[in-house]
Amino acid sequence: MLIFIARRLLFALALLFAVSAFTYVIFAALPSDPAALTCGKNCRPEVIAMNRVRLGYDKPIVVQYGQYLKGIVKGRTYGASEGVHCPAPSLGYSFRKHQCVTDLITRSLPVTASVALGAFVLWMLIGIGLGTMAALKRGRWPDRLATGFSVVGISLPTFFVGLLAIMVFVIWTGLLPFPRYEGITSNPAKWFMSLILPWFTLAIVSASSYVRLTRNGILEVMNEEFVRLGLAKGLRRRTLIVKYVMRAALLPIVTIAGLDFAALLGGAVITESVFNLPGMGKLSIMAVNDSDLPILVATTLVAAVFIVIANAFVDILYGFLDPRVRSY
Amino acid sequence: MTNATPLLSVRDLHVSFKTNDGIVKAVDGVSFDVANGQTMGIVGESGSGKSVMVSAIMRLNFGTDVIVSGQILLNGIDLLALPESEMRQVRGRDIAMIFQDPLSALNPFYTVGYQIAEAYLVHHPKTPKAQVEAIVLNALDKVGIPDARKRIKSYPHEFSGGMRQRIVIAMALINKPKLLIADEPTTALDVTVQAQILELIDSLREENNSAVMLITHDLGVVAETIQQVMVMYAGRTAEYAAVQDLFDTPSHPYTQGLLRAVRSFDQSTRGSLVSISGTPPSLINLPEACAFRPRCSHEKGPLSACATQRPELRTIGASQSACHLSADEVSRVQREAFSK
Ligand SMILES: Nc1ncnc2c1ncn2[C@@H]1O[C@H](COP(=O)(O)OP(=O)(O)OP(=O)(O)O)[C@@H](O)[C@H]1O
Ligand SMILES: [Mg+2]
Repeated sequence: MLIFIARRLLFALALLFAVSAFTYVIFAALPSDPAALTCGKNCRPEVIAMNRVRLGYDKPIVVQYGQYLKGIVKGRTYGASEGVHCPAPSLGYSFRKHQCVTDLITRSLPVTASVALGAFVLWMLIGIGLGTMAALKRGRWPDRLATGFSVVGISLPTFFVGLLAIMVFVIWTGLLPFPRYEGITSNPAKWFMSLILPWFTLAIVSASSYVRLTRNGILEVMNEEFVRLGLAKGLRRRTLIVKYVMRAALLPIVTIAGLDFAALLGGAVITESVFNLPGMGKLSIMAVNDSDLPILVATTLVAAVFIVIANAFVDILYGFLDPRVRSY
Repeated sequence: MTNATPLLSVRDLHVSFKTNDGIVKAVDGVSFDVANGQTMGIVGESGSGKSVMVSAIMRLNFGTDVIVSGQILLNGIDLLALPESEMRQVRGRDIAMIFQDPLSALNPFYTVGYQIAEAYLVHHPKTPKAQVEAIVLNALDKVGIPDARKRIKSYPHEFSGGMRQRIVIAMALINKPKLLIADEPTTALDVTVQAQILELIDSLREENNSAVMLITHDLGVVAETIQQVMVMYAGRTAEYAAVQDLFDTPSHPYTQGLLRAVRSFDQSTRGSLVSISGTPPSLINLPEACAFRPRCSHEKGPLSACATQRPELRTIGASQSACHLSADEVSRVQREAFSK
């Protein structure tokens, strides 16, 4: 098992390098000139040329990537004499915002994490709960209800659900204040209130596919021979459902859930936009609009890192949960 | 039957499934007895309702789409009338089951030791741990798993198919059930292992003095261990007889066909395997007629009654047979084809 974990972690590390290099190269290959983007519209060519040298954009891509990595480890000073220093881990410097990218991200990430975590818990509860209910009462009204929910949820776009939620709960009934994000440390109650709608919006949209996954998974496992043997042994139906059916049915869902959660940490673009949450998604969108390359590279990289970590985590978890995986 | 009170007595058992295409009558009015210590064989083609029938005895077909009627008397108590909580006590303690495919019959997430112990603990709760372990080890010993003490910590996927079937048998017998149902216990196994498993089941039956219902495709293999045989066709009993009578004087054209297949297989140096041509009928909307009629190869051709009446089980010679042919006609065929 230890060897399995070690091997998996090593692989994840290698993957991280590959992903970061790939991301860097892709953005470097874009037709836009990063040096030209360092100053405003009426930039003089001399300034662009100077910035190109100062930021190392004139060097070969490999060298640039090397400097980028070095910046992550040691911090980096952008510009020559009166340049700006961003301490390690430095993911670059945004000339548009005049800020270190790392600072921007450390401010956005908690917002996204807050959204993601709450929504994830909710959507797992709703998805697995409804899915289980549907499977256990197959063909009867709870099943119809859950399946109906899933169909509706899948077909509704996130922004629609979000806007609808704002309409109903904020504008019409006034049950909730208009969401304005507040850090959990500064005001936990406001933090919670501002996130209720985004949580439910994301949860409802994402839970739909989990209802279906759970329902079908359970029904499939129920037909397995080992479940029949469990019944033939004289096990209680409840024991059988929990120990035999759920265990097997939820296993594949762990994988998908882990990856979905990681993807969410990269930024819930639409939800953050609808509810005006200053998270990673919002940051990325602004960076796209401004052609702010350093930010885009960084947000993409961060998102990829989450996916790689989640992948490794899920694999290792799988090893614990499924004895058949462990023995490889 | 000779016994006054048989261990298991099934009366007019019907099992139907509601499907989108209509009602599937998988078991359609079957009756039989199994006496203590006896082994009963059930044969029939794929889809004839064998598995559905034995599952119904343990009431394993749960769900809303299954309709079961008739009586299943275990020592005089009708299992179909028991509340689920009492039926649960019967499962695994009075009646145990061995499934066809040992590869999928064990829960992949728990060690085999855990699963066998679980089977014991359901019916003997609060048994001290050390005692349960001793019982599990003993059970594994009996079914011939070497190095049992180490192997109880292994997971099912770490065993071969034959070993897994032994584990399933150990699990089935751990509570010394009165009746063991083995649904094609060797079909998924190597030929070399098949005989070993059947021998094992029979020796354990003798040791526990339990009864066995053995479902099989292969009449030849089980001939020595079974006493009564029921031949099933399209959810009904085609023929029901003592095994020797069935071999010597088969009454139903279907049984005769099956036996010809077995015999020509025995002398395979000469003939090729004669199987019965045609396929079994769909079990949805079976007409009021003999279900075997389209495949019946009796030389006189099917009688007119075959097309309009479902043949009832009646005594023909030494067998109970569901066929419209007269007893004289049947014995003539038997003399010609099956006398030794
Ligand atoms: N859940 C179900 N719903 C609908 N039809 C079913 C169901 N289970 C079994 N059947 C049908 O009942 C019939 C009898 O099936 P069964 O499994 O008992 O056959 P069998 O004699 O055991 O065959 P085999 O030798 O292949 O195991 C088949 O035609 C099958 O299609
Ligand atoms: Mg079967």
